[in-house]
Amino acid sequence: MEGEVDGLVPEDPGRRRRVHGMLKLYYGLNNEGKDPEQSESLDPCDINGPHFDPEVYLNKLRRERSLAELMDEETCMVKQIRSLDSDMQTLVYENYNKFISATDTIRKMKNDFKKMEDEMDCLSANMAAITDFSARISGTLQDQHAQITKLSGVHTLLRKLQFLFELPARLNKCLELQAYAQAVSSHRRARCVLQQYSHLPSFKGIQDDCHAIMDKLAQELRQKFRDGGSSAKDLSECVELLLQLDEPAEELCDKFLSHARSRLESDLQSLEAEIRPYSSTSSVKDASARRQSTAAAGSPSDTSPKMSSLPSPNTDILEFIDRGCNEFVSSLCLVITSYQELFINHAQTGELASKNIPQMANGKLHAFVDDLAVRYFSIVERRIQEEKGVGDNSLLVRALDRFHRRLQAVAKLLPGSAVPNQGTEIVIRAATERVKQYLSALQSFYMDSLTDVRQALATPRLSVGASVTGGGTHLGGPVSSRDAPTSLPELLSSLSASILNQIKSVLASVHLFTAKDITFSNKPYFKGEFCSQGVRESLVVSFIRFVCHSSRQFCESGGDKGGSTPPALLLLLSRLCLDYETSTISYILTLTDEQFLVQHHSPVTPVTTLCAEAREAAQKLLNHYVKVQGLIISQMLRKSVETRDWVNTIEPRNVRAVMKRVVEDTTSIDVQVGLLYEEGVRKAHSSDSSKRTFSVYSSSRQQARYAASYTPRYCNNLILYIVLLINVCILFTCSAPMDTNLLSNIHKLFSERIDIFSSVEFNKVSVMTGIIKISLKTFLECVRLRTFGRYGLQQIQVDCHYLQMYLWRFVSDENLVHFLLDEIVGSSAHRCLDPAPMEQSVIEVICERG
Amino acid sequence: MEDDAPVIYGLEFQARALTAQTAETDAIRFLVGTQSLKFDNQIHIIDFDDENNIINKNVLLHQAGEIWHIGASPADKAVLTTCYNKTSDSRVVSCAAVWRMPCDWETGSHESPDDSAHNPQTLELLCHLDDSTHGNAACVLWEPMGDGKRVISLADNHALLWDLQESSTQATVSSTATLEGKGQLKFTSGKWSPHHNCGQLATANDTAIRGWDLRTMSQIYCIENAHGQLVRDLDFNPNRQYYLASCGDDCKVKFWDVRNVQEPVKTLEEHSHWVWSVRYNHSHDQLVLTASSDSRLILSNMVSISSEPFGHLVDDEELSEGEDSHQEDKSKEPLKDSVVSTYEEHEDSVYAAEWSSADPWLFASLSYDGRLVINRVPRALKYRILL
Repeated sequence: MEGEVDGLVPEDPGRRRRVHGMLKLYYGLNNEGKDPEQSESLDPCDINGPHFDPEVYLNKLRRERSLAELMDEETCMVKQIRSLDSDMQTLVYENYNKFISATDTIRKMKNDFKKMEDEMDCLSANMAAITDFSARISGTLQDQHAQITKLSGVHTLLRKLQFLFELPARLNKCLELQAYAQAVSSHRRARCVLQQYSHLPSFKGIQDDCHAIMDKLAQELRQKFRDGGSSAKDLSECVELLLQLDEPAEELCDKFLSHARSRLESDLQSLEAEIRPYSSTSSVKDASARRQSTAAAGSPSDTSPKMSSLPSPNTDILEFIDRGCNEFVSSLCLVITSYQELFINHAQTGELASKNIPQMANGKLHAFVDDLAVRYFSIVERRIQEEKGVGDNSLLVRALDRFHRRLQAVAKLLPGSAVPNQGTEIVIRAATERVKQYLSALQSFYMDSLTDVRQALATPRLSVGASVTGGGTHLGGPVSSRDAPTSLPELLSSLSASILNQIKSVLASVHLFTAKDITFSNKPYFKGEFCSQGVRESLVVSFIRFVCHSSRQFCESGGDKGGSTPPALLLLLSRLCLDYETSTISYILTLTDEQFLVQHHSPVTPVTTLCAEAREAAQKLLNHYVKVQGLIISQMLRKSVETRDWVNTIEPRNVRAVMKRVVEDTTSIDVQVGLLYEEGVRKAHSSDSSKRTFSVYSSSRQQARYAASYTPRYCNNLILYIVLLINVCILFTCSAPMDTNLLSNIHKLFSERIDIFSSVEFNKVSVMTGIIKISLKTFLECVRLRTFGRYGLQQIQVDCHYLQMYLWRFVSDENLVHFLLDEIVGSSAHRCLDPAPMEQSVIEVICERG
Repeated sequence: MEDDAPVIYGLEFQARALTAQTAETDAIRFLVGTQSLKFDNQIHIIDFDDENNIINKNVLLHQAGEIWHIGASPADKAVLTTCYNKTSDSRVVSCAAVWRMPCDWETGSHESPDDSAHNPQTLELLCHLDDSTHGNAACVLWEPMGDGKRVISLADNHALLWDLQESSTQATVSSTATLEGKGQLKFTSGKWSPHHNCGQLATANDTAIRGWDLRTMSQIYCIENAHGQLVRDLDFNPNRQYYLASCGDDCKVKFWDVRNVQEPVKTLEEHSHWVWSVRYNHSHDQLVLTASSDSRLILSNMVSISSEPFGHLVDDEELSEGEDSHQEDKSKEPLKDSVVSTYEEHEDSVYAAEWSSADPWLFASLSYDGRLVINRVPRALKYRILL
């Protein structure tokens, strides 16, 4: 009963389904398939189940329920029955119309089908008639059809036979017309058949004929192949045919290559012929060229070894390389392509592949190309080597570029080949060779400009020395100082400027090798090593080294033979080297590094090393200059001391002429050095430098004796110092005349040792000090070797005073001059038989008058 | 190994002439000649006591004049030659003479050293080597290792070979050679070669070095422009007969092989002024002494051109096995040519330097101010050479 109550509450869908299910039940349409409720409905008490048993149900109800409940159950049941009834009625009404129309439709269909049945019967009758006819026709045609099939088979066979019988004639005709390709293809078509039926005598005959003809054809092809008169295209066609005729491929390769070789070699020979007249019989050719050119150019002297100025008997290098590329390299490429086409690509697809022919052919090709390339390269290299002139680099670079570029084609065609690498190596060699040439050109340019400078110095108008030798004027100063300024600094600046320009132009020329549009410039060599090792090291650095080295050589060679190099040149070069040290070297190297983007993979010479070298060279040159000039003056002084009889000389009236010369020369050297070097520092002068009196030997004998007795006892140095110090104190306080010997000894004890031929600094004062030191020391040594009379000593006194008056101004420390002159006078007093010194006032008068 | 300090001795006069007493092989003895125009000149006999580092001196008077060159006889200890200047009638003449020392100078000095200083004895004149026709004598050379009977004097442009007879009291000119040429040629220095049976002489004039054959008195070689300036001195390598050292005013010392006179074998440029004297060590010819007017004395070790360029080769075989490795170490780093030492004890120009004839590791140098310095070869070097 609860189920019923529950069942009423749900809405339409649930209910309808149940109704539907019940109808189904009713009509026995229950599909036993999948009804989940079936298991539940086994319960006989389920009023909606199919196994409902009213008895059981009633019994159950009666047993379980109370009366009231039964009453309720009954009312509820009645209610349900009622509603079911009404549902049934509704369903009957709803479906009634449908039943009606369905019945109508079925009736109509029944009529239509009857009509159709009639038509179908008619059709089947017709079809039976047609079948009958057709059977009859085919029966009659059966015989004829078989006959026709047979006939057409015979016809085909006959056509084939005819082709076979006509084959020899056709082949002959082809042979006549030289249509080899057609002949070969015909034969190929017939070959198998002939082979198959060769046991039949007639076919055998045809086969033999064909063979004979084909042999002849092959012969002819080979002949043609061998003659080699035909073009490469013909040739390749030839080879193709021969291959089809089963010629051995290896032999063909060889033949093909040897044929190609002969043609390429003729190219090579014509190339070689272009060099040969120049290289082997160059002199003859030169002579003839000269003969021709003299008419045109007029001067026979301009046939210098340089190519640039020579009216070249040859085509220029670009043209040469062009020819090489166009003739040799392009035909080589052609040969390679056709060869590869024939023997390698072809073979790979065809039946030849099995025989390892591609590998064999490839090997042969490589050997062939390598062999020829070697010869070609040797020719090219020889030609490049002839390219000696450094005039126009762009031509060479362009030629090399073209050379290199064309070889890339070979590289593409023949991937494994060493040829392009060798080509690159040639380019590299040519480039390094070129760098070497530029270096030697730079060097010779440098030497030439030095010669020019030397000449400029030698011409009297410019030379400083000349004005001195001709100088009768006082001190020689005015003449030289007027002329000289126009010479030395200008020469220096023009020299260094021209060298720098030359270096720049050379760098620009070399730079072409690394230009962007040149194919080989992006090779690792040209990016790295060429820039750093080639250009920077072996060109720029080598040149700077050369400059320093040649400068040093001036010092060495000129030293012994005495002034083979003019002193002014030494001075100039020294300044040049010094300028190099201070600025030029770093400028040049920076320029190089910038232009060539040098990446320093390998260690390169640092700027500092070069600067040190340049400085060393400058130092050496300046020292040598000092030495040479010092020696020139020394020589004068020495001669003047050695040649005179100092014992029997007359009383001095004048300063000797040689002393005036010495002062003049010193002055002009001072001017000369002043043109190129700065003044330098000197110690402060005492106000009366020129007036300083010699305290010399004014001297009583006692004092001399006194000093002499003390001098030797150096062994007791301490005592001596004390004695000397006491002496000095006494002398200074009493301002008594002081003995020179003593003075000089004090000087020696308390001053530093003087190095005569020592290194000088890069300034005028230091240079002049050096020269004067050398001169005066010579004077001293010469004086010590002579013996003097009274007037001899007095003459030396006068001379020394004169030197004193003029030389102090040139040196850094005037005490040095004083000391050396004191030594000279002191030594001559020692060497004097009758030491009676001249009065200081007289000396001064004589000197001022002179 | 500290080296001994130099020993210094001062003369009262200026001096240029220095020689070792050649015939003396036991005592270390040097002879110095002074230069003074005003006083009597002296010859100082300097004895050096190596053990006590003490100098003993004896003075002999040389009254003839100031001494420019001195030479000791190789045979007789007491005999010596000098070249001296004599002034007479306001003329200066250079002469040469052979002298004998008084026989008791040595004993006298030992008994009363003070007396000898105060009352010096006088040299005994044996003979003059003068030939008025041949001009001023520059130097006198004894026949090296000879019997003291032959000397050569160089006078102006003549080389005179003298025979000394009757115990050197008579000298006769046996042959002469004359330098012919343009201008006033003058020998400045010379050296008698100890090689070729003492048959050769080398001389210097101006910038040239010439070799002479004494048998014919003719020139056998000539090194023109041997130095850029004047050549001051020469010396023969005592062990290598063709090797010759020279020095000059270009501050250089050059070593020559006289068979090839185009180029020097080696050049040294260590001095900063003229080089006045060059001397090979008598036994170890790699040691070369040079004196210069830059007041310096330089001892150089010229291994590469010595007669023992690789050390003692002969000794190697005598060495026992144990010492072989030690020897190899040394041969791996052979000595290089180098300046051994620069001696700066002088304060004036050094005009002469000489090796002792008795001790090969000892030498003397003389500067113009009369300072004589005796020095030794540094011990380290000495042992390297010896061992």
